[in-house]
Amino acid sequence: MKKNLFAAAFAAAVACSGAAHASSAAAPLPEVAWSFDGLFGTFDRAQMQRGYQVYKEVCHSCHGLRYIAFRNLQSLGFTPDQVTTIAAEFEVQDGPNDDGDMFMRTAKAADRIPSPFPNDQAARVANNGALPPDLSLIVDARLGGANYVHALMVGYRDPAPEGAHVQDGMYYNEYFPGHQIGMPPPLSDDRVTYADGTQATLDQQAKDVTAFLAWASEPNLEERKQLGVSVILFLIVLTAMLYALKRHIWSDVHH
Amino acid sequence: MEAPTWKNPVIRWIDDRLPLFTMMQHDLVDYPTPKNLNYWWNFGSLAGIVLVIMIATGVFLAMQYTPHVDHAFESVERIMRDVNYGWLMRYLHMNGASMFFIVVFIHMFRGLYYGSYKSPREVLWILGVFILLAMMATAFMGYVLPWGQMSFWGATVITNLFSAIPFVGESIVTWLWGGFSVDNATLNRFFALHYLLPFIIFALVFLHLVALHTSKSNNPLGIDVKSPQDTIPFTPYYTVKDMFGLGVFMIVYLGFVFFSPNFFGEPDNYIKANPMVTPAHIVPEWYFLPFYAILRAITFDIGIPFTGIVILDAKLLGVIAMFGSIIVLLFLPWLDRSPVRSARFRPVYKQFFWIFLIDCLILGYVGANPPEGYFVILGQLATAYYFAHFLIIMPLLGWLERPRALPSSISAAVTPAGVGIPARGAAE
Repeated sequence: MKKNLFAAAFAAAVACSGAAHASSAAAPLPEVAWSFDGLFGTFDRAQMQRGYQVYKEVCHSCHGLRYIAFRNLQSLGFTPDQVTTIAAEFEVQDGPNDDGDMFMRTAKAADRIPSPFPNDQAARVANNGALPPDLSLIVDARLGGANYVHALMVGYRDPAPEGAHVQDGMYYNEYFPGHQIGMPPPLSDDRVTYADGTQATLDQQAKDVTAFLAWASEPNLEERKQLGVSVILFLIVLTAMLYALKRHIWSDVHH
Repeated sequence: MEAPTWKNPVIRWIDDRLPLFTMMQHDLVDYPTPKNLNYWWNFGSLAGIVLVIMIATGVFLAMQYTPHVDHAFESVERIMRDVNYGWLMRYLHMNGASMFFIVVFIHMFRGLYYGSYKSPREVLWILGVFILLAMMATAFMGYVLPWGQMSFWGATVITNLFSAIPFVGESIVTWLWGGFSVDNATLNRFFALHYLLPFIIFALVFLHLVALHTSKSNNPLGIDVKSPQDTIPFTPYYTVKDMFGLGVFMIVYLGFVFFSPNFFGEPDNYIKANPMVTPAHIVPEWYFLPFYAILRAITFDIGIPFTGIVILDAKLLGVIAMFGSIIVLLFLPWLDRSPVRSARFRPVYKQFFWIFLIDCLILGYVGANPPEGYFVILGQLATAYYFAHFLIIMPLLGWLERPRALPSSISAAVTPAGVGIPARGAAE
């Protein structure tokens, strides 16, 4: 009975969270074996560096990453010197200076990655009325997480399947809710050239940039899982000892 | 029970003036507890511990959180990214809320199964219902604080419920908001109240414990303690049992915190609140889903037939039904007419208990889905059954059910037939 109630409670929790989402999902998402999945998952440094390259060369023309500072990129395996070099490729607004003027200067490691548009209105005007979302939390903010972001990158179909209505200036995407998305297909084979010699197929780039964005959503994932393993192991030993102690103390009670 | 004599002179000096140590001795050590409590009795102390965890993590979060519409979402992200172990505090707090409700729901269903709400424990039960109400208010306001999309739209939907009150509804909503929409004033007061209410819950929990230690614990047999050999002192027996239960609970709780921290959450709440964009489906946190289903089950007005005059419109009825679903619990001690407490000796009630539990799960399932198609009728049937359980089935069962024979005492129930009741201390 105890097991049943627990099972029922958990089944209910799962059913609730599943059912709540089911209605907004489109086609089932292709499952990708991410390096950061599972109890011991970690980020693949080389993959994240490639992903950063895709973000910078492709996504950054429309999408910001406002919660990430250049200093955070050290987590991708870049050295502090490399981070300084990466930051120096960007300009940020600073000021006011002593004359009361705002001015542009080269970005430093402590700066946040500057967004491509000064505000949402400017972003809409430049994008046919659509607002390209900031990508800092995109993996956490979408049902399906990393699998969804990857699927969206590879889910464009041109021409659209028969019967699908696609408005002017929109694109058909199998995994986007409603299938019509304002973003043109961002990636294609060899859209970027990887320095490490990895073949830049569409799928490879999609996986790399998704892994990078998964890190951006939750930069503490590795620390969390590593701490979690020790905490749970400790608790299992402690709880086993408490159970033995309980048995011992209760041995004189006929209950 | 006589006061213990304290050997340590400092303790004795304090205790003579403020009997803290004597109270602790009575209520945490000597407290005579029925010796047959099963593991379902662990959930009360677990709920108390979760409350302490929630207050502790919440205080630390408040030190870095900024309750302002322009900064709330960013300050939470700062906690997640830049504050040392901020992510841990936030995930503990976030998942702690879900764990709190899981533990309290189990605690309540245990009370329902074993008849713990019946005389002489009516006040104990009523205090528990007040704790649940305060928890729900606290959780609702806490969910608004990160100022994500679900925060904002959840707050909008729930506060708008009060507009259903005739004549003054709209004014009340404006008063609750502190303005003409859910905005900065709303966020500020929700933060203030979210910090205040847990301490009120703490005070209610204290009263809950005073009431418990006055009427003493119920037990799985639901019969009264007859003699000292029916009980064992709380310490060490139940302290160690609760510690073991806490260990198991922490494995589950921290398992979510470290390995699936967003399991109970909505992805939409990682999108900053935007009053111009409504999410496709506004769903409350999972623990509110059954109540949300009851709210939406009422789709019809009540009025004078054939005249078109509406006395109670569907919205108001829905709100009344939702609050009524908790208020009805206050009357349960008097709605249940059966003299027997434990479902173990109530063969018919036992069946209805499980049906009621399934009904609550169905309500949760309906609440998670959009109110379309067969979910509407399913929600209405489940809502009707929810109230029928308390208002019709419980009173009728007291009349119609023939309970099984009760054991003569807690000790007798565990003593093999023919052995007789052993002398105290022997073969217990």
